[in-house]
Amino acid sequence: MSLALETTALSKHFGGIYAANNVFLRVESGARHALIGPNGAGKTTIINLLTGVLRPSAGRIMLKGRDITNLAPHRRVQLGVARTFQINQLFGAFTPIETIGLAVSERMGSGGDWWRVAGSKPSVDSQIVEILERFHLTDVMLESAATLPYGKQRLLEIALAIACRPQVLLLDEPAAGVPEEERHEILASVVALPKDVTVLFIEHDMDLVFSFADRISVLVNGALFAEGSPQEVSRDERVKAVYLGEDAADE
Amino acid sequence: MSAPAYPILIASVAQYLGRRARWRSAEYAFWAIAAATLVLLPGKHLILTEIAILGLFALSLDLLLGFSGIISLGHAAFFGLGAYAAGLFAKHGLISEPVLALLASGLLAALLGFATSFLVLRGSDLTRLMVTLGVSLILRELANRFDGLTGGADGLQGITIAPLLARFAFDIGGHTGYLYSMAVLFVLFVVARRIIYSPFGLSLGAVKGNPLRASAVGISVNARLVTIYTIAAAYAGIAGALLTQTTQFCSLDVLSFERSADLLIVLILGGTGYLYGGLIGAILFKLVQDWLAAVTPQYWQFWLGLVLVAIVLMGRERMGAWFAAARSLIRRE
Repeated sequence: MSLALETTALSKHFGGIYAANNVFLRVESGARHALIGPNGAGKTTIINLLTGVLRPSAGRIMLKGRDITNLAPHRRVQLGVARTFQINQLFGAFTPIETIGLAVSERMGSGGDWWRVAGSKPSVDSQIVEILERFHLTDVMLESAATLPYGKQRLLEIALAIACRPQVLLLDEPAAGVPEEERHEILASVVALPKDVTVLFIEHDMDLVFSFADRISVLVNGALFAEGSPQEVSRDERVKAVYLGEDAADE
Repeated sequence: MSAPAYPILIASVAQYLGRRARWRSAEYAFWAIAAATLVLLPGKHLILTEIAILGLFALSLDLLLGFSGIISLGHAAFFGLGAYAAGLFAKHGLISEPVLALLASGLLAALLGFATSFLVLRGSDLTRLMVTLGVSLILRELANRFDGLTGGADGLQGITIAPLLARFAFDIGGHTGYLYSMAVLFVLFVVARRIIYSPFGLSLGAVKGNPLRASAVGISVNARLVTIYTIAAAYAGIAGALLTQTTQFCSLDVLSFERSADLLIVLILGGTGYLYGGLIGAILFKLVQDWLAAVTPQYWQFWLGLVLVAIVLMGRERMGAWFAAARSLIRRE
């Protein structure tokens, strides 16, 4: 298997605190790779480093063999790395149509057109609909994002990342804060993500992690603590001790 | 791509996006009234010209503040550069035809806007206030120092503006000047409107609302800000050039701090982010100023200040309600 994403000795420190410490992460193409760890372990820091929101203090990041360590965030999106945010980062006044349209026209190279009315390109419009349909957002597509039910906002987060047509998708706690009754819709859409998209995701819900992931990395204090298949990780006594705790003991 | 599977939905998406850009009836009314003043108020053409120029200048700031979230306290830098450029072009006969000189002045202002845009990319609102203010103060000091070129504190004297399109002379009643200013304002307004409802305009809204997320969908936030800053500078430069051409005079106050500060007041009076705020603000500001100047010639600035303080104290909520009403007439139904 080829590697979709690889980090080499990736580190980020804020003053004396190491949020990421010498991380060697290897994500295979097409993987469903979970990144887990206790609160404050540095999981979101890793996502921010991979997407360019933060610049690493040391180390390198390779996307399909290409060094992207110093690229600006929007360049990485253009090369195929998209993400969702743990806390919704939507454009509150925008409707789902406008939100998805933004990403679709940007990807198709027409996002900078200034002489043409938005919506006048049929190829963009049909892709907007295709994505809204796939994420069950067509019934709310005329409402502003800020007024959508939380579960729909979560779906829009994922839909917006998918609209960038990524090769590698980074999901930061996709189901965080979603009420139980809306949860299955989110999970179903995560499971239904295209097989050729590599997914690296952070999640606290262990049911989701163990049912969805084919690979798990455990992060503790900014460092990679353990890595393996779900079976290997769930059997790892050290992981149980530091992280899984009662969740694992129950099973 | 597969063939469109949901033709009705696609049509409604296209319709929804297209409807955002459609001209509202209130907009037709606004421009019809503006056009009517050309014929019906010949005695007021001088002040109406001032209003049109201020409105264009405020529209330029609205592109930054209202649509892109960039605050500026030094927008007079571009206005002033355009004003001096138009004056010098005419005085030295470099470009005598006014429309060409206007475009060249706008281009110069755009160049300055492009060059200084990189200074406003970083930092918070406060940093931007200081940087934009600094740029305009530097420019004013340069204009003051190089008095051989600019006339310094005496202003640029001896400007004669050639007839418009080599046919229509600028008259003392300001009729040609008003028609000219309104035509320029209208054309630039239509262009700005086009920009705002385009994919580029949509992405400006995203950059303003959430730059972090905008970059996470592949938008180059910096490139967008540089572009709109350059465009806004060109607009301001053209407004400045219009002032010089219609008054045949240009002095240091085109670069003054007060001009930038007044501009913010104009825009806040009219409301930001719906394109007409600058125009409505310019009308209110000039009418109040004109009325106060007539009532109390010596202390009108005091009263103007008091009116503004009262407006602010009256509360954003009440003001907000007016704007919401104005906006809903003009924006989505």
